[in-house]
Amino acid sequence: MKSIVRRKLPMTWALLISLLLVVTLSTAAYTAAAPKKPAIESEVTLATTTSTQDSGLLDVMIPAFEKKFKNKVKVKVVAVGTGQAIQLGKDSNADVLLVHARKSEDEFVAQGYGIKACDVMYNQFLLVGPKDDPAKAAAAKNAVEAFTKIAEAKAKFVSRGDDSGTHKKEKSIWDKSTIKPQGSWYISAGQGMGETLRMAEEMGAYTLVDEATFLTNKTNQVILFKGDKDLINPYGMIQVKSTRKKVAANELIWFFISPQGQKMIGDFGKNKFGKSIFVPDFKWRK
Amino acid sequence: METLYSSMLSIVKLILSGDKALYEIILLSLKVSIAATTIGMLLGIPFGTLMGMYRFPGRQVVVIIIYTLMGLPPVLAGVIIYLLLSAKGPLGELQLLFTPTAMVTAQVLLVTPIITGLTMVAVRGKEKLYLETAVSMGASRLQAAWLVIREAKAGIMAAIVTAFGRAIAEVGAVMLVGGNIEHVTRVMTTSIILETRKGNFDLALSLGLVLLAISFMINGFLVAGVLKYLQRGEQY
Amino acid sequence: MVPAFSLNGVIVEFNNQPVLDIGELVFDDRIIHAVIGPSGAGKSTLLRVLNMLQKPTQGSVTYFGNPLPYNGANSLAARRSMSMVFQTPAMFSGNVYDNVALGLRLRDVKTKEVRAKVFQALETVGLTDLTKRSAATLSGGEAQRIALARALVVNPRVLLLDEPTANLDPGNVTIIEDVIKRIPHETGITIIIVTHNLYQAKRLSQQAVFLNKGKIVESSSTDEIFNNPKAQETKLFVSGEMVY
Repeated sequence: MKSIVRRKLPMTWALLISLLLVVTLSTAAYTAAAPKKPAIESEVTLATTTSTQDSGLLDVMIPAFEKKFKNKVKVKVVAVGTGQAIQLGKDSNADVLLVHARKSEDEFVAQGYGIKACDVMYNQFLLVGPKDDPAKAAAAKNAVEAFTKIAEAKAKFVSRGDDSGTHKKEKSIWDKSTIKPQGSWYISAGQGMGETLRMAEEMGAYTLVDEATFLTNKTNQVILFKGDKDLINPYGMIQVKSTRKKVAANELIWFFISPQGQKMIGDFGKNKFGKSIFVPDFKWRK
Repeated sequence: METLYSSMLSIVKLILSGDKALYEIILLSLKVSIAATTIGMLLGIPFGTLMGMYRFPGRQVVVIIIYTLMGLPPVLAGVIIYLLLSAKGPLGELQLLFTPTAMVTAQVLLVTPIITGLTMVAVRGKEKLYLETAVSMGASRLQAAWLVIREAKAGIMAAIVTAFGRAIAEVGAVMLVGGNIEHVTRVMTTSIILETRKGNFDLALSLGLVLLAISFMINGFLVAGVLKYLQRGEQY
Repeated sequence: MVPAFSLNGVIVEFNNQPVLDIGELVFDDRIIHAVIGPSGAGKSTLLRVLNMLQKPTQGSVTYFGNPLPYNGANSLAARRSMSMVFQTPAMFSGNVYDNVALGLRLRDVKTKEVRAKVFQALETVGLTDLTKRSAATLSGGEAQRIALARALVVNPRVLLLDEPTANLDPGNVTIIEDVIKRIPHETGITIIIVTHNLYQAKRLSQQAVFLNKGKIVESSSTDEIFNNPKAQETKLFVSGEMVY
């Protein structure tokens, strides 16, 4: 018996050790195979245009996003001009951009500053002006013709004049009309949309305004022209490549393009204005 | 750092370029600020002197109001003038909104309390020592006031320089009532805001440095020139 | 001769407290009067009443026979006919010349005459070499002499001096006293000097009035006051034994 016991002892040890090894290794393997999801950063900076913020859309979207992550993440919204928003991205001072200046956005991505660029939504621009419509812009067949009539009548037109998305849109229409707007009738304000709209109201002038701003600001102007394809205002979202808030930035974009986010965008404004302002149209860009 | 360095370069280029738009903006900045400061002086120095020299019931309340208005937020001054001059406002008929006149008006609202308050303090500091002596020496009321003002000139100079600095560096009010209209009401500060919003930090910084340089020159001129003028009366 | 000042029932109150209560007091013309008394006796207040810097609460003051006009168009003319030197002179910024010339300029005297008069006044106080000095840099004694020149340059009918030599060194005290002594002989003006220095009062004045606690204790010739005082208080005061 004694001898048997002696022979069996190393066997027992071997068994025990191998069992331990198996458990340890398999645990390690399991851990490696299913890495823990990295925690979301506590804040993320969204650089966007003043018009987006002024519309109130972000007041709906951002809290919903934060709530989804049990308020562990805070979105800091920096509402500035499109040019400044893009510059903020280039300087790594923002993590995500939500802007509407397609050409600048494409350049931003092409220069290697941005990734995950996508269309998110669009809204429309309106040509608004005084009720009496001295240039008879309302009778125009399209936006270019309306602009041409204003220029020919030398009726006052207030331009954003700040290189914003809206200003770029306006310039593209002037380009199509082959008119170079200048003279005392063409007023370059260099201000935000709300300010520009109110200036136009004070001066009895025409201006190009996004629908959200026009609906939010109760001016006595009337819509003279809308619905042209030239007056579509597409918004894009881009993740800043150099961001240190990769998880949060990624989640924020995904939230805006998710079915839930897209529905919220489409529904926004129905309560406040009786109609939706933004049309969701998510599409990845090539 | 890179931005700072490149702005130093671009500032030199900017000034040497003889860019007409730039000079137009600088000139308007100067015109508006100088006009506002001058009107502020015409209102504030006499009023501040009276406040510094005389005691009357309710003076304390007026002093508190002046001190409060010295800190008037520029945007609030802008909103007040905006509402007054707005097409629907009481002075809408004048059609002054979005003109340099509107900008001057808003700035007068800002700088007059500063000049009044600082003049008052300066005069009050000298009144005790000099008013009685001046009166005793046979000065009329006006002569006595002038003598006290002359003694308080260092403080009044500080008031003028402070007011001018506030006027030329102010942006909220002139943006609102001027409208930052190119070739019409665009000044240095509103250009800086505009360029910043466009993302042209370089240009914005350059403009800021030009503004600083101009302030430096104007203040130098004020300190040297106006002091001399005030002293001239004693040296003939 | 019409007296320079004649006070009748003059009362001055601060916060309803009387600080000066003078039944009757006359300052004769063309002599030097001393007003003496302890601190807080109302000496300076009396001088301020005469210079129209302080309007009496009650009573009347005549000035060369006419009521002293505290308000109105005549008050400037009355004040321009007198000068006052304060205990601590306030020098205006600028140089000594400008300070002495100031009274003349305020009276619209022609520039040509100003120069001659300023130099004459500076000569009187012996400081002609200081014309270009900044008034801010003067010593206490120099400043007080300039203040005296500034007061004399306008040829006043009355010169009011409020402790003009307090806190000055003996040399400057002597110079100022010499100037004061010479004035009446040269120009025939009335001088009223407030002083707490009994010897100064003795040296300079012909008439003296002793004030205590706002009231006149005794008023007569300087000789009488110092050598033959009537009131017990005066006796104590002039002998330096008054406790206050």
